[in-house]
Parts: sequence; C-alpha cells; structure tokens
Amino acid sequence: MPEFVLILFTVVAWVLMLIGCVFVIAGGVGLIRLPDLYTRLHAAGVTDTGSTIFMLLAMLLMTVVEYQNPWIAGKLLLILFFTLFTTPTASHALAKTALLSGLVPVDENGKPIIESPEMASKLALSRAPEHGEVAIAPGVNDGLQKSDGRGNENNDKSEGS
Amino acid sequence: MFVAAALALLATMILTIARALLGPTLYDRLLAVNSFGTKIVLFIAVFGFLTGRPEFLDIALVYSLINFIGTVAVLKFYEYDDLGSGAYQEDDF
Repeated sequence: MPEFVLILFTVVAWVLMLIGCVFVIAGGVGLIRLPDLYTRLHAAGVTDTGSTIFMLLAMLLMTVVEYQNPWIAGKLLLILFFTLFTTPTASHALAKTALLSGLVPVDENGKPIIESPEMASKLALSRAPEHGEVAIAPGVNDGLQKSDGRGNENNDKSEGS
Repeated sequence: MFVAAALALLATMILTIARALLGPTLYDRLLAVNSFGTKIVLFIAVFGFLTGRPEFLDIALVYSLINFIGTVAVLKFYEYDDLGSGAYQEDDF
C-alpha cells in the first residue's frame, strides 16, 4: 500500500480515537452528574454505542496500517456488530424494568411526569394497542386513573393523545 | 493514541464504579455495571493494540457477550422473580 495512504489512515484513526475518548469521558461525567436514572440511562447508553463505534473503527484502521491481518479486522467488526445489538437492548430492558418496578421519571423541576408508580408499571406493560393507550403526562388523559388497571375502556377518550 | 484511549477509558471506569457504589436505586448500579462492562471490552481491545498483541480481541469478544447476558439475566430476575419464565403471565395485566 502506498505510503500516503497509510499516513492518511493513521491520521483518520487518531481523529476517530479522540472522538471516541470524548464520548467515553462525556458518558462517565453524565453518569455521575445527571439527576435521575432515566437521564443517566441516556448518557450511558448513547455514549457506550457511540464510543464503541468510533474506537473500534480507529482500531480497524490501525489494523490495516500495522498488521494487515484479516482475522483481527474480522474480530473487531464482530465486536462492533455485537455491541451495536446488545447495548441498546440492555438499555431498553433496563428502562422497561425500572418503569415496571414503579420508578417514576421526573421533569427538570423534579416534578413527576407520571402520576403514580402504579401508572408507571401500567405504562411499561402497555406495549400493544390492544391494551389501550396510557397517558404519559398528567392532564392528557384525566379519566385514566379511574379504570381498573386494564385500560381497554379508555380507548374512546384517548384519541387526542 | 492507544495510551490516550486507555487513560480516558480508565478515568471513565473510575466514574462508573463511583456511580455503582453511590447509585440510589438498584437500576443505577446495574446501569453502571453494564456500562463498566462495555468500557472493559474497549479497554481490553485497546490494551491488545497497545502491547502489540491483538489476540486479546478474543477475550473482548467473549466479554461483550457475557456482559450482555449477565445484565439481561439480572433484569429478568428482578422483573419476573424467576429466570425460567418465558413470557408475561395472564394475570400480570
């Protein structure tokens, strides 16, 4: 491979690795400083995926420059492939289980955006349309808390949400 | 390049461990442990390149899969109180 291509690859790998480092440190700071679980989940989930993409692409370019070994490149791509599937899935499962256990998300003033923990776990269970729509914000669907927990009878009231 | 990446990853791993120790709820700790696992995968890969032995990537590959399975297993246990149940029971709704 010509010399300038290797130099170009090295420079691009440096840039990608630095972007990955910024992502990683931003994720760590976000994990410490953000106020509640769901915002921390955003910080950790997004930066895990982003930093993995950038760092593994940088290592892929350095593999081309230093080793020229297709097995190493294949393993890197395999790690990237698995991480792209597993990190969002783990974040989703974590958020859903937290909501199911009744952990209520709050807005920037510390005010809960779901009325009660029972509403939160009902929201986590309402995946399909046949279980009716569940109001996320108070006032959007005020008749909902009178239902017996099934949500089916509120379909006529929830067309605006 | 790899030294800088390894230092950034180590700093973030310290922050993540701090969140796992502080975390008010169980899910904060679990999130921190999952994030820590991802950082370890990256650190193993970076360390392999740093020492000129990219065979470490095998370990990183296995670690990423075990990390995911561990997180989902703990979450499933807390959601259903049972690792063997397949789906929602009818009386959950």
